[in-house]
Amino acid sequence: MSELLSLGFMQRALAVGVLLGAISGFLGVFVVQRRMSFLGSGLSHAAFGGVALGIFLSVEPMFVALPFTLIIAFLMVYLKKQTRLAADTTIGILFSLAMALGIVFLALNENYSADAYAYLFGSILNVTITDIVVVVVLTLIISIFGKIFWGRWAYSTFDQELAISSKIPVELDEYMLTLLTALLIVVSIKVVGMLLIGAYLIIPAAAARIVARSFYQMTLLSSIIAVVSSIFGLILSYFIDLPSGAVIILLQTLILILLAILKKF
Amino acid sequence: MSQYAIETINLSVKFAENTVLDNINVRIEKGDFVGIIGPNGSGKTTFLKVILNIFEPTSGHVLIFDRDLKDLPAGVIGYVPQIKTIDRSFPATALELVLSGIHNRWVGLKKRSDEKLALEALELVGAAHYAKEQISNLSGGQLQRVYLARCFASNPKILFLDEPATGVDLVCESSINELIEEYNKIRGVTILMVTHDWTAAYHHTNKIMLLNKQLVYFGDKNEAFTEINLQKTFSHLGHKHKVSFGLKNYE
Repeated sequence: MSELLSLGFMQRALAVGVLLGAISGFLGVFVVQRRMSFLGSGLSHAAFGGVALGIFLSVEPMFVALPFTLIIAFLMVYLKKQTRLAADTTIGILFSLAMALGIVFLALNENYSADAYAYLFGSILNVTITDIVVVVVLTLIISIFGKIFWGRWAYSTFDQELAISSKIPVELDEYMLTLLTALLIVVSIKVVGMLLIGAYLIIPAAAARIVARSFYQMTLLSSIIAVVSSIFGLILSYFIDLPSGAVIILLQTLILILLAILKKF
Repeated sequence: MSQYAIETINLSVKFAENTVLDNINVRIEKGDFVGIIGPNGSGKTTFLKVILNIFEPTSGHVLIFDRDLKDLPAGVIGYVPQIKTIDRSFPATALELVLSGIHNRWVGLKKRSDEKLALEALELVGAAHYAKEQISNLSGGQLQRVYLARCFASNPKILFLDEPATGVDLVCESSINELIEEYNKIRGVTILMVTHDWTAAYHHTNKIMLLNKQLVYFGDKNEAFTEINLQKTFSHLGHKHKVSFGLKNYE
């Protein structure tokens, strides 16, 4: 085990796994309690459209994916407010649009598009120092916002109208939460992959909800479950030689099932 | 300073082409306890929600203690929503719900002094024994008391109640109405209560507002329930009401 932990790629993977686990667990509680579980998948598909555009334009895909996903995230909230369509409908429309654009960009690209497909599954074991720096910066941003706004976000998550009656700017908070989630997803798809990042946002929070007696407990527990499953999932995936992202999600699901069984007794 | 807690001036609300409130002008005095009565879709809840800033009026405006609604600080108006709209899947105890009223945000780590204040408010409404209970485990009546405690703890100048008796048995309803009336009398808080229960409104409030998109009547409760007022309020139902409060009979 100590030999494994001395490996540079594993140290980098663990560092990123712990940080992404903590912040995705934190944001996940808002996504789950606001019944927006579709948001993670929607935004990751949108990010894929941005990656494809980056490849088509022959620039670093993440530089395009970031503004592309933030614009889509903004539109998801904006269209919901303007059209009175349900949140899952606007998310569904925009992620289909982004995905369709992504497919068109890849089809127009004359070179082989294997790079784009690497973002489907991610590769946490190929994390670079730059990736770690980006994840650390993101963790700091979300931690600062979380420290300042957790009470407000939790309040409007419980009851929007009650929060408005207490002068909470719920619309601004919804934009903030959605844009921070979009940032997390863009940063995460390279390491976790767009197909699995949605689960990172939902499963730890859902598992925490089963046993938590308060929203504060749920927030802490969700982050702990995501961090613990990242650490053990990474180590386990190395020994059984299976894709780490998938093993982490399977482990999170196992924790959820165990907590559900424990709750019965 | 004005004697009015709430003034609405030419207040109208439209959702798409549907007029929900049409040119409402009322002046509610400080300390009034107003029962708001009207059929479904008459704009009762919308009226409260415009004053709470949840809905924007299409035209007109609202003054609270002479101040524009937009300039009003948090905590002046307490609000007890309809129980059926509450998300019971949210992990929270009764105590935490009361604390959210004191701080106007959700509270993670509780201070002992705040907890004491919240427990006192729960005690006041006879709900202290389920302070640590999850809100998902509470009955409608119990939850209604917790919401009342939440408002009492935050000490608002105005209190809005949206059908506080819905889903509550008769004994509990009567006890809740008495609590509200006592609070109005002792603290002098201005209260607006949307209700379908005319009898309760008659017994506990001092003024009645009859709404049917337009203001039909606003004033002393003893003059409210005339046949003509009731016909105007409930005209679309096409029936005559026979109202008996044990005190007066209108037919």
